[in-house]
Amino acid sequence: MVLTGAEIVIRCLQEEKVEYVFGYPGGAVLYIYDALFQQEAVRHVLVRHEQAAVHAADGYARSTERVGVALVTSGPGATNAVTGIATAFCDSIPLVVISGQVPTAAIGQDAFQEVDTVGITRPCVKHNFLVKDVRDIASTIKKAFYLAKTGRPGPVLVDIPKDVSMHKCEFEYPKEISMRSYNPVVKGHSGQIKKAVQLLLEAKRPMIYTGGGVVLSNAAEQLTRLTRLLGYPITNTLMGLGGYPASDRQYLGMPGMHGTYEANMSMHYSDVLLAVGARFDDRVIGLPSHFAEEPRKIIHIDIDPSSISKRVKVDVPIVGDVKEVLEEMIRQLESGEARPNPEALAAWWKQVEEWRGRNCMVYKNSDEIIKPQFVVQKLWEVTGGEAIVTSDVGQHQMWAAQYYRFDKPRRWLNSGGLGTMGVGMPYAMGAKLANPDMPVACITGEASIQMNIQELSTCKQFRLPIKICNLNNRYLGMVRQWQQLFHGQRYSESYMDSLPDFAKLAESYGHVGIRVDKPGDVEGAIREAFTTHKNELVFLDFQVDQTENVYPMVQGGKGLTEMILSAEDL
Amino acid sequence: MRHVISLLIENESGALSRVSGLFSARGYNIESLTVAPTEDASMSRMTIVTTGSDDIIEQITKQLNKLVEVVKVVDISEAAHIERELMLVKVRATGKDREEIKRTADIFRARIIDVTDASYVVELTGNQGKLDAFLGAIEPALILETVRSGVCGVGRGDRVLKL
Repeated sequence: MVLTGAEIVIRCLQEEKVEYVFGYPGGAVLYIYDALFQQEAVRHVLVRHEQAAVHAADGYARSTERVGVALVTSGPGATNAVTGIATAFCDSIPLVVISGQVPTAAIGQDAFQEVDTVGITRPCVKHNFLVKDVRDIASTIKKAFYLAKTGRPGPVLVDIPKDVSMHKCEFEYPKEISMRSYNPVVKGHSGQIKKAVQLLLEAKRPMIYTGGGVVLSNAAEQLTRLTRLLGYPITNTLMGLGGYPASDRQYLGMPGMHGTYEANMSMHYSDVLLAVGARFDDRVIGLPSHFAEEPRKIIHIDIDPSSISKRVKVDVPIVGDVKEVLEEMIRQLESGEARPNPEALAAWWKQVEEWRGRNCMVYKNSDEIIKPQFVVQKLWEVTGGEAIVTSDVGQHQMWAAQYYRFDKPRRWLNSGGLGTMGVGMPYAMGAKLANPDMPVACITGEASIQMNIQELSTCKQFRLPIKICNLNNRYLGMVRQWQQLFHGQRYSESYMDSLPDFAKLAESYGHVGIRVDKPGDVEGAIREAFTTHKNELVFLDFQVDQTENVYPMVQGGKGLTEMILSAEDL
Repeated sequence: MRHVISLLIENESGALSRVSGLFSARGYNIESLTVAPTEDASMSRMTIVTTGSDDIIEQITKQLNKLVEVVKVVDISEAAHIERELMLVKVRATGKDREEIKRTADIFRARIIDVTDASYVVELTGNQGKLDAFLGAIEPALILETVRSGVCGVGRGDRVLKL
C-alpha cells in the first residue's frame, strides 16, 4: 500500500497500539496532523504547551507499562519539549517523541522555526534519529519503540522533515527488529547470582535497597517475595516507592536526604547491602567517602552496566533485568537448604527497631494552622492509599513521598532525577487517561503548579477529573528551607507575591476550586473532592504553615548518618 | 593513566558527535580521536586516546558501550598492542638548513614528500614518542606547520576487534 510519510507515521503508531498521542500542531507537522485527523484509533490530546505534552506522555508511561508518545512541531515545539525529554531521560522512562523538522532542502539554511533538534536533544535521549527518506520512516519508528522500552528504558526522538512526511512510498511495518550495535543483557549471570545469594545468607546485618528499576521492570511482586523469604529490612528510594508495600513491617521508609532515620542507619551500618535497580544517587547515600567508611559488601543488580561501580565500588555486580534476576535468586533460595542465620537476624532487627523507635517522622500538628504533612496524611486516609499520586518538585514532593504510603508500584509519579517543577499536573493528566477508573491526585505547591498551570485548560477539554492538592505556603519552600539553614536566613527571591486566587482561577477554567484555611476543614474538603466532585477537576488550595521544614534532613555534602531529625536539632 | 580505546561504530551521521559529546558531557579527557570507515563501509573504527584513573576508564568504556550506535569497545592498551601516528611537518628549508633537515629526516626514516626552493614537507610515521622526538630535533623556528593524525592502534597477534 502506497502511503504518505505522514500516513505511515500514524500507521506505525497504530501498529504499536498507541492509545494517546500528546501534542501540539505547527507548520512542520501539518501533514502528520492531517493524517491523524483522518483516523480514530490513535487519539490526540491537545496540550497548551509542548513541555506538558512530553510530561503527560511520561506520566502515561509511568502509570502503565507502556511507551508514552508525544508529537511536536519544529523549532520552538522541539525546544519546549526538551525539558520533558530530559525529565524522562533522568528517570529512564520509555517515550517516543516525534518532532517535525523544516523540509530537507531547508535544513542548515536557518529556516523559519528551524533548530538542530537532533543535536539539541542528543545528550538527553537514549537515542535519536533524523529521517531523511520516507522509506526509512517505518523502520525508524519501529526501532524507536524498541529502543525506548528495552534495556534501560528512555526517551527516543524521531525528527521528520516536512517534505519526508509528504513523500509517498510503499508501507510495510517491520515485524521484528534487530540491531547489531544494541543487544541489552536480560538474564543475569547465574554464577554471580549464586555468589549474591550466598553472601546474602551469610549476612549478619543485611539490608535491601531498591530503586526505580524495580518499578520499570515490573518486579514488585518478585521483590516482595524475595524480601519476605529472607526476612530482611528494606528501603525504597524516591523512584522506587511502591516497589515494596510501605505498610509492611519489613519496610523502613525512604532512604536519603529526606529519608527516615532507620532507613539511613540500616543502609550505613549494614554488612551486606543488596541494591536492586538503584544507582547510589547523591540524594540517597550522601557523601560517597563517608558511606565507604563502614565496611560492607555490596551486591548490585542493574540492567545498565554503567550504573554499577559508578559512585560506590560494588563487590558482586549482576547485570540483567531486575525481574529475571530476582526470579533466579528466589529459585536458588527456594531450591537450596540454607536459610538466614536467625540469631544474627534477630539481633539486627532489634537494632533496627531501636532506630525506628526514634519516630523520626513525627511532626507537631496544630489546630490553628494547616500542617502540610497533615494534608498528605488525610489524602492517604481518604483515598485508602489507593490513588495514583503525582507530585511536583520541592518540599511538597518530599512530604508526599514521606506521608503517602505506597503499597503498589506505578502509583507514585514524580521527577526524581531531573527534579522538574511543573510535572505534577501533566503527569496526572497522562495517568488519568491511562487509568480512567482510578483516583488521581496531584500534590503540588503554589510555585510548581504555576509552571504548567495552562494545562487546566487541557483538563477541561478532555474532562480529566484530577484532584490538585496545592500545599500553598507562599514560598519556594525548599529554597526557603536551604536559605534558612545554610544561608543565614537571607530569603533571596524565595517569596512569591501576587499569587492568584487559585480556587477562582480553577473556576474560571470551568473546574471546582476550594480554598482551605483551617486544619479542621482539610478532611472534609478532600472528601468533597473525591465524592461530590468525583467527576470534576478540583483544585484544593490549602493555606499551609509557611515555615514548616522537611525533616529528617541530611545536608548536601554530609554523610548519610549525619541527620537533622527535627527543628530541635538545629 | 593513558589508555587507547578502540571501537567499532555504525557509520552514520551524528555518530562522531555522540562520542565526542559523551566525553565533554561527562568531563572525560580526549587526547586524540581518529575515525575512518573500515573495510565494511557501514562501520567506522575509532581510536580514542584518553587519560584517567581505572574507575574513570571503566566508566568510559561502559558509557561508550551504552551508545546505541557503538558496536564494540576494546581498551587495546590493556595488553600488547601497536600504536601509530602520521605527521606532516612543513619546514623552512633554505641554505644550510636544507641539508640538515634532510639528514634528520633520514635518521628518523621520514620522507620528504614535497619540495620547493624554500620548504619541505616531511612525512613521518611512528608512535607519539618518535614524532615528538623528531619535532624536538628540528630548530623550532624552521617549523611552519605541524599536522598530526592522532593515534590509531591495533592489538598484537590474536587480539582482533571485529564484529
